[in-house]
Amino acid sequence: MQSVAEVVPPRTHYLNATYGVKSWLLTTDHKRIALLYLTSVTFFFFLGGLFAVLIRLELLTPQGDLVQAETYNRLFTMHGVVMVFFFLIPAIPAVLGNFLVPLMIGARDLAFPKINLLSWYIYNVGALFTVIAILSGGVDTGWTFYTPYSSTYSNGNVILTGIGVFITGFSSILTGLNFIVTIHTMRAPGLTWFRLPLFIWSHYATSLIMILGTPVIAVTILLLALERIAHIGIFDPAVGGDPVLFQHLFWFYSHPAVYIMVLPAMGVISELIANMSRKNIFGYKFVAFASLAIAVFGFLVWGHHLFVSTQSVYAGMVFSVLSYAVAIPSAVKVFNWTATLYRGSISYDTPMLYAFGFIGFFIIGGMTGLFLAALGVDVHVTDTYFVVAHFHYIMVGGTIMGYLGGLHYWWPKITGRLYPEAWARFGALVVFVGFNLTFFPQFLLGYMGMPRRYYAYPPEFQVLNVMSSAGASILGVGYLIPMIYLMWSMRYGPHAPPNPWGAFGLEWRTSSPPPTQNFEQTPVVTWEAYEFRPREEMDLLGVRDVLDQTLRPRPVGGEGD
Amino acid sequence: MQVSIPFSPDQASSYSGRVDSLFAFLCVLTILVGVSITLLIIYFAVKYRRRSEEEIPRPVAGSMKLELTWTVIPFFISMGIFVWGSSIYYTMYHAPKEGLEIYVVAKQWMWKFQHLDGQREINELHVPVGRKVRVTMTTEDVIHSFYVPAFRIKLDVVPGKYSTVWFEPTKAGRYHLFCAEYCGTGHSRMIGWIDVMEASEYQAWLSGGATEGSLASSGEKLFQQLACITCHRSDATGRGPVLEGLFGKEVQLQDGSTVTVDEAYIRESILNPRAKIVAGFQPIMPTFQGQVSEEQLLQLVAYIKSIGPKASGETGVKPSAAPPAGSPQTGR
Repeated sequence: MQSVAEVVPPRTHYLNATYGVKSWLLTTDHKRIALLYLTSVTFFFFLGGLFAVLIRLELLTPQGDLVQAETYNRLFTMHGVVMVFFFLIPAIPAVLGNFLVPLMIGARDLAFPKINLLSWYIYNVGALFTVIAILSGGVDTGWTFYTPYSSTYSNGNVILTGIGVFITGFSSILTGLNFIVTIHTMRAPGLTWFRLPLFIWSHYATSLIMILGTPVIAVTILLLALERIAHIGIFDPAVGGDPVLFQHLFWFYSHPAVYIMVLPAMGVISELIANMSRKNIFGYKFVAFASLAIAVFGFLVWGHHLFVSTQSVYAGMVFSVLSYAVAIPSAVKVFNWTATLYRGSISYDTPMLYAFGFIGFFIIGGMTGLFLAALGVDVHVTDTYFVVAHFHYIMVGGTIMGYLGGLHYWWPKITGRLYPEAWARFGALVVFVGFNLTFFPQFLLGYMGMPRRYYAYPPEFQVLNVMSSAGASILGVGYLIPMIYLMWSMRYGPHAPPNPWGAFGLEWRTSSPPPTQNFEQTPVVTWEAYEFRPREEMDLLGVRDVLDQTLRPRPVGGEGD
Repeated sequence: MQVSIPFSPDQASSYSGRVDSLFAFLCVLTILVGVSITLLIIYFAVKYRRRSEEEIPRPVAGSMKLELTWTVIPFFISMGIFVWGSSIYYTMYHAPKEGLEIYVVAKQWMWKFQHLDGQREINELHVPVGRKVRVTMTTEDVIHSFYVPAFRIKLDVVPGKYSTVWFEPTKAGRYHLFCAEYCGTGHSRMIGWIDVMEASEYQAWLSGGATEGSLASSGEKLFQQLACITCHRSDATGRGPVLEGLFGKEVQLQDGSTVTVDEAYIRESILNPRAKIVAGFQPIMPTFQGQVSEEQLLQLVAYIKSIGPKASGETGVKPSAAPPAGSPQTGR
């Protein structure tokens, strides 16, 4: 039986099935589209990172010296716009989600392959507008576009950037739509809802937010444009509008958008924790429903961004209590991940290191969320570096650890190559250390009272700013290391077996890289999610061959006995 | 309970200690949770490290008891934090009726302060220690935010409306005032100082400042210049409502609803007179939008406040040397 295990990749797979630029640009294969997205979001990650480098350099000294104030304001705005809309939101769903959703549920492709390709083009059209806006001088409103500054006073390219964000939103909506339909209709026989990998649950929850939330930001930008171009009074009180209304609309999308970023990362982490410790997830249903709970409650907490915006004191209290409601399911996930490790078989391979890093960042980011939801404390720390540190821990720390952890974990599947493990572990460590050095000092700066978006600052804040900038240089190196060896491995890495980790899940039961149609034949699922069992037990149950084929191929020796 | 936290600014207001206490509690909670989960993960990761590539452990069933425990306990803790945080918030944003009145007009990129006595300051505000200070703010352009870290207070200054915040300085000194809401190119230049002085020094400062008459008297002049007085006559023969004794009262509107005459209503009635017309009057008042600046609006408001109820028997304009603690002008 053992001899059937495939070691050499099949002759044809999705990467070499067809050749040429056209075969990529017109592909409807979800796996190839995932790679198209990978290229795009990587580009924008490094573009956004470039802005961050300049910001941190400027903040090395209290006085403004490296760039003009005007330029600095454009830098942090473009950093936010690019990172949020063109990296963090699409990163995991559009790259890993696109690649894995069909594979994990045993489908040939997403439900609407052409719409999937369309979403990538829409993303790029939106990106093009934004890049044009950047090249023609940028925009200086902050990524939050608060009115009436953005609608009346700013002289940056508000409209052009807005169009970019507006258009890109539709790619997000289409991706979400595609995932929901696919997950509902294309699951393999036997793959019931509660047998789904948690990655799928979290992408399902994410898709709900994408579909329900994104139209609101689109409408908000439209209203902003109407006021800026046609002077129709919506937000500017000088023409009869209400500036705080904009904040309500903006955060109605942009708070749930944080969950668009972090829920998929949580899905990745659930996969990593379960598979890298070869254990079923502790409290599977609780983790699954926690994703849905986060998606639902996430829509009810936008007002916690407005605690000092002159909204009513009682509205503040309602939003505060609801914000604590959304904290509970997040905590439940962390507890369940920790409990999953109990009596596991824990690997220290790179993906698991990223998962540990994620939990660390998530605890700090999540707990500081409790500070910010506590009204009396929020008044002091909101709009300071405390908030900057908090959301970087959650949105960036969380999302990037999930993204990089997932990218490493599925890299053998995606490319058919193994990356150099030692370098990868080193890279993960550098990212973890660099990230903490960059953002932890910012919590202290914030409590000391340093407001965010300051181009120049009083000298007492310098020491911590220098620490933060120093950390950022380490973090930058940390991001470059995986970039380099992953690219190297695409050409020079050793060929990967179908299941190098001994992981569970349908995506590991096909070759690496998978054939265009994903599976030679439609799999039939007769097992629960992450149903790892000791070998003796599998023998008794007669399910031995289910996993055998999927374990790391090794000398047949002790297995046939 | 007073706690002092490293990396925290001076505790210089009556509620800054309360903010720090909750902050300290949250820090302790974070450290407890963070350290216990980290230690647990490290312990598991070492104890259950993979010992051979072949190893597959036995599954562990979930536990409803555990799930409930770690749902319910965080729930109660977070509700406790919620109540604690809300009570501080309520205090901060519930301005006392009595107190030293300061008016603020923010603009790109400066803070303009007006004292009731007529002193004007830019980017610097002098207040006495130990007195409650009520700050009523508006802006000429975009949103700004009034942030004094040493007081732990922050409130946005929103165009088109008045927002009111209060603090009671407890320690003399010079404290940073920051604009905390991004407001354009000079955002980080929009920094000022709050000078908290001992009562005696404050008196000296007040008497030393050259003034152009109190805020209310400037408002009265304006009231005559703009010819408001032709309709709003004090003898009830004008075409507009009598303003004497009006401030703080409820008036009935044409549609039957009522509105309390406060700063915001006066402001609205000057800029957009037809929005809320008092029952029994014609909508004939012209708008003064564009003719009066935010600062002048505040002077008019101060004047109308000064002829409010308790001052009705007097001329209204009282150039008292010290804005009194129990100012009759604000007595409602």
